[in-house]
Amino acid sequence: MAEQVKLPNEGVYAGVEIRGHEVGHIVPVRVLIGVWLALVVLTAVTVSVTWVDLGGALNLWVAMGIATIKATLVLLYFMHLRYDHPVNAIFFIFALFFVALFIGGILTDVQQPQYQSELIRGYAPEMNR
Amino acid sequence: MSDAEAQPPQPPTPHMHEDPHENAYLAHHFDTPQQQFESGKLGMWMFLATEVLLFSGLFCVYAVYRASHPEVFEWAHRFLNVTLGGINTMVLITSSLAMAWAVRAAQLGQQRLLAICLSLTLLGGFSFLGIKYIEYKNKWEEGLLWAGKYKPTAEALEHLNATGHGEAAELGVATTDASSAAGHGGAVASAPAAAVTASAPAPVVIDGVKVEHSQIAPAPPGPQGMRLVERAGLLHLMPERAPRELWIFFSIYFLMTGLHALHVIAGLGAISWVLARSLKGQFGPAYYTPVDLVGLYWHLVDVVWIFLFPLLYLIH
Repeated sequence: MAEQVKLPNEGVYAGVEIRGHEVGHIVPVRVLIGVWLALVVLTAVTVSVTWVDLGGALNLWVAMGIATIKATLVLLYFMHLRYDHPVNAIFFIFALFFVALFIGGILTDVQQPQYQSELIRGYAPEMNR
Repeated sequence: MSDAEAQPPQPPTPHMHEDPHENAYLAHHFDTPQQQFESGKLGMWMFLATEVLLFSGLFCVYAVYRASHPEVFEWAHRFLNVTLGGINTMVLITSSLAMAWAVRAAQLGQQRLLAICLSLTLLGGFSFLGIKYIEYKNKWEEGLLWAGKYKPTAEALEHLNATGHGEAAELGVATTDASSAAGHGGAVASAPAAAVTASAPAPVVIDGVKVEHSQIAPAPPGPQGMRLVERAGLLHLMPERAPRELWIFFSIYFLMTGLHALHVIAGLGAISWVLARSLKGQFGPAYYTPVDLVGLYWHLVDVVWIFLFPLLYLIH
């Protein structure tokens, strides 16, 4: 657990007496606004970068990189992962590892020539009929 | 067990703690509010992990079809409205900000701000669904639906083919003369043959005999209606007209955005529940777990959209 935040307003809330042993971390307003601004700017960047041909699959990688940065910001600050007990992050990272395993494993097979139908389609025009 | 059975039945005392000064929301099987909060949160994160794995199945489908039919994705994404998709991204991000702020308000016991933030979160979610409805309605009218329902109207196809040529010109891609002529005129010609005739007008010598080009038999039919497009030093075959397999893209589009929209609807229901409870003053610094956990769910829905938006709308 991160450091306890000193509450400015101890007292009775929802019929419950607050005595300064509250749970969880309180994210400052400037962090919330800052993360939101970063998300908006990164969205604008990822839209405008599609107007530029970076060549090959680089456009896809840039778009996925920006999306990953945005998702990380949401996870760390909006979802408190940075302040939480690390076990939450460990669970989530394990899930992401399995996703990478699924997609990576499948793509190594898909990139074998026998599945690239567009390579043979042109030379068998009847397939297009 | 035999000892317990021998004793007279005890009155049930769930949700009651021995110390009357303790948090009234502390369940009896937890020692401290912090332990209870972190256990609930861990359970929520495990659920979010299963949600990630659920969506990963669809991302696998996307990866396989995009890897094996790149031309389908390059053609079809032009039908998606980047402006509406971008606005929806901003709406969802802002909605996430309101939700994160709602958790902060609950932690500080700011009841009014909590209700306002939750209402703004709801507003964002409903706006997202409204814009999504407009997009779905347009696709419905154009006949651009999933699998067997993919029956594009003539106007839609014409628009698709027109935008296709427009983008090719914008990108300055090399289009061989003969292959584009084949596409427009319907004549059988191959891109490689076109390259030969265009670059070598002089007679050629075959087995010591000078042969005019008019004497050479036409090359076997090559990629019909395909364009040879140079990108980053590599030659690609791009279909001249919209490929028939466009339904693949729209199936994936409706599957992924549809499952995401279902999550938005579920999130709206959960947030409404939290809002109703917050209006009764049930959340404060000592107990705000439902606000926090529903917030985690809402942020995950946002994270999924952060990946869906570039994958579906921003294909280069």
